[in-house]
Amino acid sequence: MKTQKREAIFLRVLVYAGTILTLAILVSVVGYILIKGIPHLSLDLFAWKYTTENVSLLPALINTILMTLLALLLAAPLGIFAAVYLVEYAKKGNKLVMVVRITAETLSGIPSIIYGLFGLLFFVTALGLRISLISGALTLSIMILPLIMRTTEEALLAVPIEYREGSFGLGAGRLRTVFKIVMPSAIPGILAGIILSIGRIVGETAALIYTSGTVAEVPGSLFDSARTLSVHMYALASEGLYLSQSYATAVVLLLIVMGINALSSSVARWIERSSYGKD
Amino acid sequence: MFGGLDMKNFKENGAKIVFMLAACISILAVGLICIFLFVNGIPGMTKIGVLNFLTGTVWKPGNNIYGILPMILGSIYVTAGALIIGVPTGIITAIFISHFASARITKIMKQAVSLLAGIPSVVYGFFGLIVVVPLIRDLFGGRGTSMLAASIILGIMILPTIISISEPALKAVPKSYYEGALALGSTHERTVFRVILPAAKSGVTAGIILGVGRAIGEAMAVMMVAGNQPRMPKGILEGVRTLTSNIVMEMGYAADLHREALIATAVVLFVFILIINLLFSVLKRRAKV
Repeated sequence: MKTQKREAIFLRVLVYAGTILTLAILVSVVGYILIKGIPHLSLDLFAWKYTTENVSLLPALINTILMTLLALLLAAPLGIFAAVYLVEYAKKGNKLVMVVRITAETLSGIPSIIYGLFGLLFFVTALGLRISLISGALTLSIMILPLIMRTTEEALLAVPIEYREGSFGLGAGRLRTVFKIVMPSAIPGILAGIILSIGRIVGETAALIYTSGTVAEVPGSLFDSARTLSVHMYALASEGLYLSQSYATAVVLLLIVMGINALSSSVARWIERSSYGKD
Repeated sequence: MFGGLDMKNFKENGAKIVFMLAACISILAVGLICIFLFVNGIPGMTKIGVLNFLTGTVWKPGNNIYGILPMILGSIYVTAGALIIGVPTGIITAIFISHFASARITKIMKQAVSLLAGIPSVVYGFFGLIVVVPLIRDLFGGRGTSMLAASIILGIMILPTIISISEPALKAVPKSYYEGALALGSTHERTVFRVILPAAKSGVTAGIILGVGRAIGEAMAVMMVAGNQPRMPKGILEGVRTLTSNIVMEMGYAADLHREALIATAVVLFVFILIINLLFSVLKRRAKV
């Protein structure tokens, strides 16, 4: 009995110690960068133009927004439609569905550097799109496709079957049922997937260095090179000349990521509320 | 009237085809990635000699010598180091979230985990460069950029992966297991470690395997802290180069056979990843049963 108690105490201490370690890591990464980095933020870093004297991060920030919009524009409709097919149209045991599932799973496991290399070989070289905003966005759209597919699928599956039955019973076709009945109830879930994708796009570096490149200007067209904020951060840190600006860029990146996280947890609360409403 | 019905059928079928084509994009993407990697990578590998390429211990593009064994080992060692750090911490944290925390604490922990997952790899790399590398340099001497630094950073980066896959697996263990053990006089702590954890083995292992995939595929953060010397790994305080950083470092200026050798490096990495993915999906399926 006594050894049991001692063991229990030991295990409890172990659990708390491990958890505290995880939290301590998070706090030290975020805390260190924010505390050391915030003093390095200056208005100069948000100047319109990037020069070697003033390595402004504003162009990279704008490029990040452009990249995010473009990649989502390409991937969101495809991912959502694909999920609609899997959930609403395909019959159970369909061979095609199996292959789609397996390939989507494969895509989600491929490392970003492989995406980057593929983008370089296919979009940049074979299709002749050069190192450009569009090559980067196309590469990223493949990368986030499985994420959007999976989250949309989950959201669609969570819509009660009675909604569809009711709609069919009133004489609506499948297409109308999908767009007027199922989709509106699945919106929070789909949105959650899109927010996650934004996070991945903002944080991506390896897939972009050789597809959208490192030019630190807002591109004149889709076919010009454009570095995003993460690539900018990498360029500064690896050049080693701009420590203070690296700190500042890390702070901006972290703040964006924290903003995205806050957004996604408020969407999660929205999902919870709307599913309570159904009961 | 009939015209209207035809129109409706036309729209329904058209939509179905559009949705189906969208679903096929992922098949197309995997196909294209395989084709472009293999077609561009295999010729280089055969020119160098597959065995020479995979088991060669020297990488000197200037002399046209391309052996990637140092990078293969580098990737394996760094990943193993990451697992030593990340797996126990991750599993214990998952156990805390699933069986020790109150509802409120659970919510906070989940937010913390998703923030850990959301931090970009360059930011982790930067943190490694300004905190971990100097720390290793001060404590152990040497340059600081090392296998150890890369393992620590990767160990941190795979934490959220391991936690977020293990936690639901631990939670999914039937309540009757827990209650049965308690009824036999076991403590809460003992039950969680001796009954629940073994029962959730498949799911937890799946999380670890996904973590391996993350670690072996990570490029930027590793490159910023590992030193990247293309030679056989010598020790945990010495620099290493991984498969991923080999590609990122040299792809910018490589040409001809050098370029092909780098794409072949990616082929090797890709094969590793495919094996890991396969293992992961097998385990995940088993965990669901």
